[in-house]
Amino acid sequence: MTSNPLTPTTMTPAPVTPASMAPSLVAPAPLKPWGLLAEFDTPAALLRAVRETRKAGYTRFDAHTPFPVHGMDQTMGMPRSKLGWIVAAAALIGGVGAMGGQMYCNWDYPMIHQGKPYQTWQAFLIITFEITVLSAAFAAVLGMFALNGLPKWYHPTLKSAAFARVTDNRFFLSIEAADKMFDLEKTQQFLQSLNPLLVELLQE
Amino acid sequence: MSVTSATTSPSLPDPSADPAARAPLVLGNKSLGDVTNMVSGLVENKAPRGWLAAVTITGLLAAGCLGGMITYLFATGVGVWGSQHPVMWQWDITNFVFWIGIGHAGTLISAILFLLRQKWRTSINRSAEAMTLFAVMCAGIFPGIHIGRWWMVWFMAPVPNANAIWPNFRSPLLWDVVAVTTYMIVSFLFWYVGMIPDLATLRDRATSKVRQFLFGFFALGWRGSNRQWRHYEMAYLILAGISTPLVLSVHTVVSFDFATSVLPGWHATIFPPYFVAGAIFSGFAMVLTLLIPARQLFGLKDLITVKHIDNMTKVILATGSMVAYAYAMEFFTAYYSGNPYESFVFANRASGPYWWAYWIMITCNVITPQFFWFKTIRQNPWIVLVLAIFVNIGMWFERFVIIVTSLHRDFTPAAWHYFTPTYVDILTFVGSIALFLHLFLLFIRFLPMIAMSEVKGVVQAQSLAAGREPTGGQDRREPEGGAP
Repeated sequence: MTSNPLTPTTMTPAPVTPASMAPSLVAPAPLKPWGLLAEFDTPAALLRAVRETRKAGYTRFDAHTPFPVHGMDQTMGMPRSKLGWIVAAAALIGGVGAMGGQMYCNWDYPMIHQGKPYQTWQAFLIITFEITVLSAAFAAVLGMFALNGLPKWYHPTLKSAAFARVTDNRFFLSIEAADKMFDLEKTQQFLQSLNPLLVELLQE
Repeated sequence: MSVTSATTSPSLPDPSADPAARAPLVLGNKSLGDVTNMVSGLVENKAPRGWLAAVTITGLLAAGCLGGMITYLFATGVGVWGSQHPVMWQWDITNFVFWIGIGHAGTLISAILFLLRQKWRTSINRSAEAMTLFAVMCAGIFPGIHIGRWWMVWFMAPVPNANAIWPNFRSPLLWDVVAVTTYMIVSFLFWYVGMIPDLATLRDRATSKVRQFLFGFFALGWRGSNRQWRHYEMAYLILAGISTPLVLSVHTVVSFDFATSVLPGWHATIFPPYFVAGAIFSGFAMVLTLLIPARQLFGLKDLITVKHIDNMTKVILATGSMVAYAYAMEFFTAYYSGNPYESFVFANRASGPYWWAYWIMITCNVITPQFFWFKTIRQNPWIVLVLAIFVNIGMWFERFVIIVTSLHRDFTPAAWHYFTPTYVDILTFVGSIALFLHLFLLFIRFLPMIAMSEVKGVVQAQSLAAGREPTGGQDRREPEGGAP
């Protein structure tokens, strides 16, 4: 691994600081820790950190990366996404609905066309196919949004200045305070032991 | 930072060294941060010279030609076009099929090449998808305006008409409306879902409140969490899986408009595969027509490399040869059928009043792609650009030949007619080209035109293959021209 000279702010032993120190006119709500965030330079470093985190017994942790990292799902021990089932159900409903709808229309107002029977399922197949695909596409997108909790314009991680580079070139590990194992002191020490560039405390 | 300064020579490594070695897909030893900077820079930096002029001219042309001519058409009636019995489908449907065909490359690149694990798609898929959307928009205009009584356009929707009669679901014209609408919606969803991580990148880099709000809004709060990526990747895979049959079905259904009729020249079982091959052929030609100038203008030669152009020309060569086969087979079928009407139509195509259109089509579509057998031609972007423009012209003429030459000699010689377009026909088509270019120019300035998150995956894979850890970069400038 080629080591990167780090910027001065991240060179020093990383301080634990509240993410937002901005003065507010409103009486500040009592700060509640959301969790800890650790920053890494490479996907490999993050994979190692995630492996350690999982071994240490944490469950409510997450990896944040600019692109999907190979092997992260297995390292985090996550099962395969259930999205396929949602899509399959929607496609079935769409397909049956399209065929049924066309048959209904030809029952509702029978139209003699080219001397063919009213219920010509062969001629209805094309629209059935298109509507099946359309339903599946909507299910894939909306189902993905639902499973991912999107849109969610507010999230504690998004308040961190360092975290802005998660969509650029940095790799983050977050451990939530809601985790049973979470202890501010110990978890922070644990994250420091993983050799991160920075550890940051995030408020709810 | 200047975008162009980061580019290096786009030439490929010496092929004599190892014939099995693959050309790298991202040149110039890029780090992840470099990819972000290059692509985001297109949106954040000052526009290159010529962009503003181009966007203004195309915008004015679109508004004046397309908007003006459609207004005139609506105010007056379809008599302003050159349509005369028996040529009642002419430039309108020619343009429709032309634009729909162009719209096939985007989803093909995104879906089929994704399923085939073709990594080279990552640099070009976003802009090809955008091009698809704009082409389908241009296509959608023509069926909408060609019906004459345009206030009846809602008859195309699956709702009962004024007499409570349901539409005829056995009609290929209705299939066509459903197929094209589905294609447009699914292409949009695919394009948008693919763009969410990149919109988040632009949000995180935004310096102005407006940008922060707009990119933030459309990025939906994406934070690159692996628990999100897991579902995201599955959604992308499923969209690719269902778009693959969809993209092949759309032009098939368009060809049914013709093939299910009993008109000689249209009534052919070869039409669906022939149309699909032609669509991919014209779509890739249009991708090259747009991207070769764009990579030059925006200095993207390290991301859209000569290798990408080379691959696309091979697709054009393959599909162009299929199209040539279809032309030959149409003639053979007409001869072998022994049907005098069928034989007449094809003899008339090549030697009748529209012989010039037929031979433009043959020259552009059969001869042009054959140049791509030669590596020196494939790797010279400017020759490729010229040839791609010829393919575009040829594919427009293909649709013109299919539609107009099949119609202009009706069964009764008394009804024969030589169609000539009016200025309204011509300006409407010119306006649709302007609209297409205008939308594409806006897209490259305001949205990430290259899929950053996907290219970063390629950069990482490339670095690992070279035995290096991919690094974040940005804090460290690698010397230019370092050994890859």
